[in-house]
Amino acid sequence: MLNQLQKLGATTLGIAERLGRGHLFLWHVLSGFPALLPRFGLVISQLYSVGVLSLLIIAVAGLFVGMVLALQGYYTLVDFGATESLGVLVALSLVRELGPVVGGLLFAGRAGSALTAEIGLMKATEQLSAMEMMAVDPLHRVVAPRFMAGILAMPLLAAIFSALGVIGGYFVAVGLLGVDEGAFWSQMQAKVDLYEDILNGVIKSIVFGFVVTWIAVFEGYDAVPTSEGVSRATTNTVVHGSLAVLGLDFILTALMFD
Amino acid sequence: MMHSRTVQIWVGLFVVAGMAALLMLSMKVSNISAFTESEGFKVTGYFENIGGLKVRSPVTMAGVVVGRVASIGFDRESYEAVVTLNIQSEYDNIPEDSSASIFTAGLLGEQYIALEAGGAEDALKEGSELQLTQSAIVLEQIIGQFLVSQADKE
Repeated sequence: MLNQLQKLGATTLGIAERLGRGHLFLWHVLSGFPALLPRFGLVISQLYSVGVLSLLIIAVAGLFVGMVLALQGYYTLVDFGATESLGVLVALSLVRELGPVVGGLLFAGRAGSALTAEIGLMKATEQLSAMEMMAVDPLHRVVAPRFMAGILAMPLLAAIFSALGVIGGYFVAVGLLGVDEGAFWSQMQAKVDLYEDILNGVIKSIVFGFVVTWIAVFEGYDAVPTSEGVSRATTNTVVHGSLAVLGLDFILTALMFD
Repeated sequence: MMHSRTVQIWVGLFVVAGMAALLMLSMKVSNISAFTESEGFKVTGYFENIGGLKVRSPVTMAGVVVGRVASIGFDRESYEAVVTLNIQSEYDNIPEDSSASIFTAGLLGEQYIALEAGGAEDALKEGSELQLTQSAIVLEQIIGQFLVSQADKE
């Protein structure tokens, strides 16, 4: 009984401690951002590995999600003779939800896991300690550029996802299902609002990018420096990152679209 | 350094693609054109019942969108709805005694205000009030009236 209680207390303390470490870590990394601006080359090479290398999966996923949305939406809307609304359905679902959320999930899987593994291995091979020995702060030199690259890349990736999804939906709706082209675009333009829908989608994707990258770099930095520890940290990044995206999405949706 | 050059080119491409996607979303997908045409003059009208009319619903004349509903209020004295219409400034020759009716696009579609030209010399301008208004048709009322009239016949 007492042992169980002790275990529970230890777990709770461990979680609180880890949360605290995570926030201190975040503060330390953010404080390195101003120093990063004159050396933006560091961020650019990270944008390549975080953004450009995620581009393919994001583009293909966006295209297919848009195509499937159009196909499935058509079967429901055709019963009501409202197939012209297909454009609205595809665009609103993509811009409001699927772009940021599915983009965020893919981002956690593709870029987040790579970040964790990279930083975790740097720690395991004591590259981070070596930097500290040379009086280089690894949080500023290694983690901050990756963090900034993640925050910058995510909204762009989500926008590409949504735009390609709309194009995919357009091909299926107009090309395959014979929806009127003019009605497809005009209904979409009439119903999708620049601030209410698109800007809120962009804000969502920035938040997701921040949280997923934060989790990814912290898991890597906080990993147990063994091969097992790094593998567990990588798994944690994907699982926690995805859960954070889904949970935050619900909160943000409730706040944004009332 | 060749490597860093290709990396930079790729990142540049990535940023351009992202910006292009954002631009396409805001220009092609959203109603950004509706924001640029927001300049116009405001006209009010009193309606007994506005049904499902909403702010930003279209105002049409001969089926062409000439403006949008700017705001909807409630008049405490007459218990009527006060609807403010924002009409684009290029349509400055709509006769003052034009009538406004609330119609439904299709049987179940969204509601909009249709203006029908009157015969007055003066045109609608900022602050004008529409005198002739026709309320929204509430489907339940019509069905109710139809049922009553059927019952009377028997």
